[in-house]
Amino acid sequence: MSVTELSPLAAGEDRLPKEIINDFSIQVATVNGSGSQTANLVLMRSIFQMGVPVSGKNLFPSNIQGLPTWFTIRASKQGYIGRKREVDLLVAMNPESAQEDIQSLHPGATLLYDAALKLPEIRRDVHAYAVPFDKLVAPVCPEVRLRKLVRNMIYVGVLAHLLGIDLEEIHKALFKQFGPRKKKAAELNWGAVQAGAQYAADNLEKTDPLRIERMDRTQGKIMIEGNAATALGAIFAGATVVTWYPITPSTSLVEAMMGYAKRLRTDPETGKSTCAILQAEDELAAIGMVVGAGWAGARAMTATSGPGISLMSEFVGLAYFTEVPAVIVNVERVGPSTGLPTRTQQGDILFTSALSHGDTQHPMLFPSRPEECFSMMSEAFDLAERYQTPVFVISDLDLGMNYWMSDPFEYPDKPIRRGKVLTAEDLDRLGGFARYRDVDGDGVCYRTLPGTPHPKAAYFTRGSGHDEEAKYSERPSDYMGIMDRLARKFENMKRDVPAPVVEYNEDASIGLICYGTSVYATEESRDQLKQEYGLETSHLRLRAYPFTQEVLDFIDRHARIYVVEQNRDGQMRLLMKMALNPERAAKLRSVCYYGGLPLDALTVTEAIVAQEGL
Amino acid sequence: MSTTTRPPRAPKTNRIGLAVVDYKGAKTTLCAGCGHNSISQRIIEAFFELGIAPWDVAKFSGIGCSSKAPAYFLGLSHGFNGVHGRAPALATGAILANHKLIGLVTSGDGDTASIGLGQYMHMLRRNVPLVYIIENNGVYGLTKGQFSATADIGSKLKNGTVNDLPPIDCCLVAIETGATFVARSFSGDKNQLKAVLEAAIAHRGLAVIDVISPCTTFNDHEGSTKSYAYVKQHDEPLHEVGFVPAFEEIEIEMEEGSVREVEMHDGSKLVLRKLDGDYDPTNKLEAIRTLHEAAGKGEVVTGVLYVNEHAPTLTDLLHLVDEPLATLPEAKVRPPKEALEAVIEELR
Repeated sequence: MSVTELSPLAAGEDRLPKEIINDFSIQVATVNGSGSQTANLVLMRSIFQMGVPVSGKNLFPSNIQGLPTWFTIRASKQGYIGRKREVDLLVAMNPESAQEDIQSLHPGATLLYDAALKLPEIRRDVHAYAVPFDKLVAPVCPEVRLRKLVRNMIYVGVLAHLLGIDLEEIHKALFKQFGPRKKKAAELNWGAVQAGAQYAADNLEKTDPLRIERMDRTQGKIMIEGNAATALGAIFAGATVVTWYPITPSTSLVEAMMGYAKRLRTDPETGKSTCAILQAEDELAAIGMVVGAGWAGARAMTATSGPGISLMSEFVGLAYFTEVPAVIVNVERVGPSTGLPTRTQQGDILFTSALSHGDTQHPMLFPSRPEECFSMMSEAFDLAERYQTPVFVISDLDLGMNYWMSDPFEYPDKPIRRGKVLTAEDLDRLGGFARYRDVDGDGVCYRTLPGTPHPKAAYFTRGSGHDEEAKYSERPSDYMGIMDRLARKFENMKRDVPAPVVEYNEDASIGLICYGTSVYATEESRDQLKQEYGLETSHLRLRAYPFTQEVLDFIDRHARIYVVEQNRDGQMRLLMKMALNPERAAKLRSVCYYGGLPLDALTVTEAIVAQEGL
Repeated sequence: MSTTTRPPRAPKTNRIGLAVVDYKGAKTTLCAGCGHNSISQRIIEAFFELGIAPWDVAKFSGIGCSSKAPAYFLGLSHGFNGVHGRAPALATGAILANHKLIGLVTSGDGDTASIGLGQYMHMLRRNVPLVYIIENNGVYGLTKGQFSATADIGSKLKNGTVNDLPPIDCCLVAIETGATFVARSFSGDKNQLKAVLEAAIAHRGLAVIDVISPCTTFNDHEGSTKSYAYVKQHDEPLHEVGFVPAFEEIEIEMEEGSVREVEMHDGSKLVLRKLDGDYDPTNKLEAIRTLHEAAGKGEVVTGVLYVNEHAPTLTDLLHLVDEPLATLPEAKVRPPKEALEAVIEELR
């Protein structure tokens, strides 16, 4: 027997099904630095290999070692890979957090705990299994100092037995995780898995309803972190200069890029690199180098997070006003200030849209999935060079640092577009050029690169007022002419930014708008709203700013619009209000979550139910 | 021992057929008598005489009087006047994009020693191949006369305010932090400044030239240690600086032991004619000691303080392809489809 979705708002013990197959969440609570990440990824990957849609989220502290950390894995036969708010199975390994973690379980949940934890009492309304980890780890790991790391692999073995995960799949996932160079470590850990599975088989009587069964819903898919996907996207977008400063959660992006660049961007003939990656002294320098490199003709980028974006505002204003292409990836974390540096948020939207002083406007792209992290890097560079302006790719910690099930990436189908750049031959033909003259009427002017061997190639770039010939000017008409053209240029970008993904529902009077990682909870919430409340909804997923005509049409066709996002103030809604006429603006409502955990569907459903008065 | 001298007068056109006028820029908007204008003039002469095509040069600056200067020389070179104190980052990025560019930064004492000190030091330790000129007048001109971080203790502002904080010596910082060519000069010393500039251009790594460049409007009065009169009176040249480009073969006899020659990587020669003592510009410790001693005596030592032609530059260390990254064709920067498929296969 299999029962699918529980009533999300009214789950009670009496309604719990006897068997729950491929539809539950696992939370593993450990101590940071204890090496549990490997065990959790092996568990997650083996479920993926069983063909079951799965997602994993590392909820970690800003700490190297010692503080509590959680890893949640969700198996969902329906393909929901957003966070599930309730924990169905808890693995309690951390004495610090065990008490509170166990208290938060719903009745009927399953608990696997370290027998060594001195728990005053175990709840009677959960399915509890005690495992003597220390006793089990000793024989399989003679080396005492490694036991802390290896003991986590025991719960993988126990869970494999309890949930029915094929041990062969665990073996495959484990050896993939360790890679060919760490075979010995893999063998050691495999011993721990087997010990756990054996212990469970001999000592635990299964009373809980949770099971993993084979499906075929992950066929052909890959598993990758968003940051690695973005890195790969940049490599295939032809990025040539990458300057950066380490900051969680964007660090792994550039680190992945270093690996990919070494492998994919080393010239086979000379063994030399076609991609310069340089760690700067701070974010000011990182963006400064990007602007210098973009000015000199490179496909230049940086990756950072909110605090870095704050520091970059000065140079971004310079690049906007002097019209220099740049790509800036913002892997958002929780602000303001240092905020919650290892938690996720979509809190930099308003700030980024008009970063720097004076009148500024910046295009933003919003990837939701690894496929888009990959493809949007090519789009971002094409856009930056086509329009000679900084382009922001806005990801977040949830997308960037977690592993996602993804379709394989498609090879870029369009050639790289370098924009309006004049060569020495062009200058011979034209007899000269004016850097800031709108020759084509699209607001985008021609530029030359330093080093162009021609006496008419040079121009003087300045962050101060300039005329069409790039000469210093404080004349009001010159200044306003440049500023008006920049505004036209921004308007014209609507033709080239990625269009939103729209799903119209003819029966719906309300529409949901989301972007980035809010899509997972939003899509699941739509199903909840329909199944539980009979509420039909349409859906639009924004993929870019400035907003395109599709967004206006979507708003026009619905009575009320809920903008779902992960920040306190409804920043995207506010940005939309600024761009829309009053009738459209009046239709907008907010669904906001800003606790720092990845958004879950129930939160969205509850907010809409409350506002709709259902 | 033999060395060379310069021809007495520059020819009308240089070895690539360009005239001096091709190296000029827009008319200066700095004050009459400003030291910065003399520096611009020396830059024009140096590039003209070396026969460097102006379109191979990229100019950078931050904010301040000194940072306006690039508009007033090498009008046929691309220039980028960026934000305050951050020309090093702009220039570093541009050099990464195209390491064939000859990068030239003009900065000031506020731009380098205050807001830009961090970027200055990191540019130094990376040995970015650039010529970095500090037009040092000890004062903020554009905001009308506040002390900068290079003002000496006891130096007086026009309104009588006395500076009581120790100065940051940009040359000392440079030598300590890893610069591979460090010189100090004076905007009023035409011959020395031009020769130093030419050697700096020939240098393969980062060349810092701290040029004392008096501000006639805000810091040229009695009591200032950056006035024309003060610097003329306290200038202590370490040597007489000469430069012989690789393309010049003129040799004349010199008295044995009277000069030191430093061979630059392109085959050109830095020729240092000894004055009172024998100064060895390849000795880092001597350079540091010399600067400290001069400061103690209130002297302004000028000349080439330190040279190291052998240190790897940033672009050496990054092991980049020979062609500029900026203009690599798509086939070089987008890996083939099979490469993506192979990566994807591993992620399954």
